Amino acid sequence: MSAMAEKLYRRRRLKNGIALALASAATLFGLFWLVWILWTTLINGVGALKPELFYQMTPPPGSDGGLANAFFGSVLMSLLAIALGTPVGILAGTFLAEYARRSLLGEAIRFVNDILLSAPSIVLGLFVYTLVVKQMGHFSGLAGAITLALIVLPVVVRTTDEMLKLVPSQMREAALSLGVPQWKVTVQVLYRSALPGIVTGVLLALARISGETAPLLFTALNNQFWSVDMGGPMASVPVVVFQYAMSPYDSWHSLAWAGAFMVTVFVLCISLIARAIIARRKVAND
Amino acid sequence: MTNLNLAVAASLNVTTPSDQTTSAAKITARNLDFYYDGFHALKNIRMDIPEKRVTAIIGPSGCGKSTLLRIFNRIYSIYPKLEASGEVLLDGENILDPRYPLNRLRSKVGMVFQKPVPFPMSIYDNIAYGIKHYERLSRADMDVRVEQALRQAAIWDEAKDKLKGSALGLSGGQQQRLCIARAIALRPEVILFDEPTSALDPIATGKIEQLVEELKKDFTIAIVTHNMQQAARCSDYTAFMYLGELIEFGETETMFTRPSKQQTEDYITGRFG
Repeated sequence: MSAMAEKLYRRRRLKNGIALALASAATLFGLFWLVWILWTTLINGVGALKPELFYQMTPPPGSDGGLANAFFGSVLMSLLAIALGTPVGILAGTFLAEYARRSLLGEAIRFVNDILLSAPSIVLGLFVYTLVVKQMGHFSGLAGAITLALIVLPVVVRTTDEMLKLVPSQMREAALSLGVPQWKVTVQVLYRSALPGIVTGVLLALARISGETAPLLFTALNNQFWSVDMGGPMASVPVVVFQYAMSPYDSWHSLAWAGAFMVTVFVLCISLIARAIIARRKVAND
Repeated sequence: MTNLNLAVAASLNVTTPSDQTTSAAKITARNLDFYYDGFHALKNIRMDIPEKRVTAIIGPSGCGKSTLLRIFNRIYSIYPKLEASGEVLLDGENILDPRYPLNRLRSKVGMVFQKPVPFPMSIYDNIAYGIKHYERLSRADMDVRVEQALRQAAIWDEAKDKLKGSALGLSGGQQQRLCIARAIALRPEVILFDEPTSALDPIATGKIEQLVEELKKDFTIAIVTHNMQQAARCSDYTAFMYLGELIEFGETETMFTRPSKQQTEDYITGRFG
């Protein structure tokens, strides 16, 4: 009997060893490419960093310049997209979690929202192209921001919905049992409880749109010059990276690396902030 | 016959060690039925909750004790597909009547839940939050009200130095007393406790039970508990429920020593549940 048990135990250990080895190998395989990509971006990006990036415009072929107009365009369009997408997203998420939690309508909206969440961004770009760009007759920063807002929207809807659902129902009941009306309970108690999660969702949406290229190609297009006019074409870092990386000029290549590096660092910072918020919330909840 | 019953009731009152005189019914349930999406969860409940007494509602899981409690402030109505029929009279007025203002009901009937759920704000704001909804008070008056509520819930000494600190920093037992203070702050007439100590350790539980004992001077209390010792320790009256029916209701003393129904005796002596 004990010899039998011994044998079974050895067999389990062997299986465990094999499974562990396979899992580790898969992890290493995934990490290898990730580290390679980050390392290449880091090496080429840091090499291309220079102060002119931040005050000179994107140059014509062959000459030197910076990315100032692209940085500005990206920041402006991203912020406008967040400003457009966040309030609508929070309200829609609130409706789903607080007013339509178990209803058929709620489930239908959730389903459609999930489709929007996973829709290829180029589809959203085409949508805004026909809806805004064709109507206006020209490309514009505004159209770019609207496209990005459509990417932000489902992310914020989803996180708001999920975060409000995580608020214990007894918190809701406790607040309602004081006789406070539901909308006040939602705004004054539930939002407060769900806020770190919602902010994290908005930050992650910002991280996502800051690297989007395809939806800006047919909406904001690009701009060689400094422009603060949202009604006209506008430069953005991802589109400039796309255009310059495909060119035959070394100076453009170097600017593309610098742009890619800056976007990567920005996304990294946003992710770290989001993680810090989540970690702090965990501590507060314990 | 009626005289005889009265005489028996009177003699029981004399023999009970606590100096209880008969108390008027604060809440009366009559022909009360409750349905969860068609499922008949409470069947023809008739029951009086005496004023300024502690009434415990006991019974095995799923017997409908929490469901009954949650009718008394109509908190069940926030969920769809739940339906109560019959009458629940609070001071003679039917609170199930849709015309009975919810605002008034909730200000008269406070509730404390199983899990302590302080709002994610300061200790002070947790208490002031409900009050602000009903009254406009000056800063000084609000300070007084907050202190009163915290004192009455026996949490003042532990909280007075950190009123501006987050309520989430308190221990579980302190959080539960804060929740009691939050309910008291509205100066309700009835307080409903839904298994208030099931998430707490024995020491914190003892403090809450002591507090319930204190509070019955000023409030009518109904407490749902799965802990029979707790019902025996801190209630004046006990209702035993089983499968959605009120099996027996009486003075706690009598219920735990000479129950008149076999099911009550079986439950109390631990033969089921």
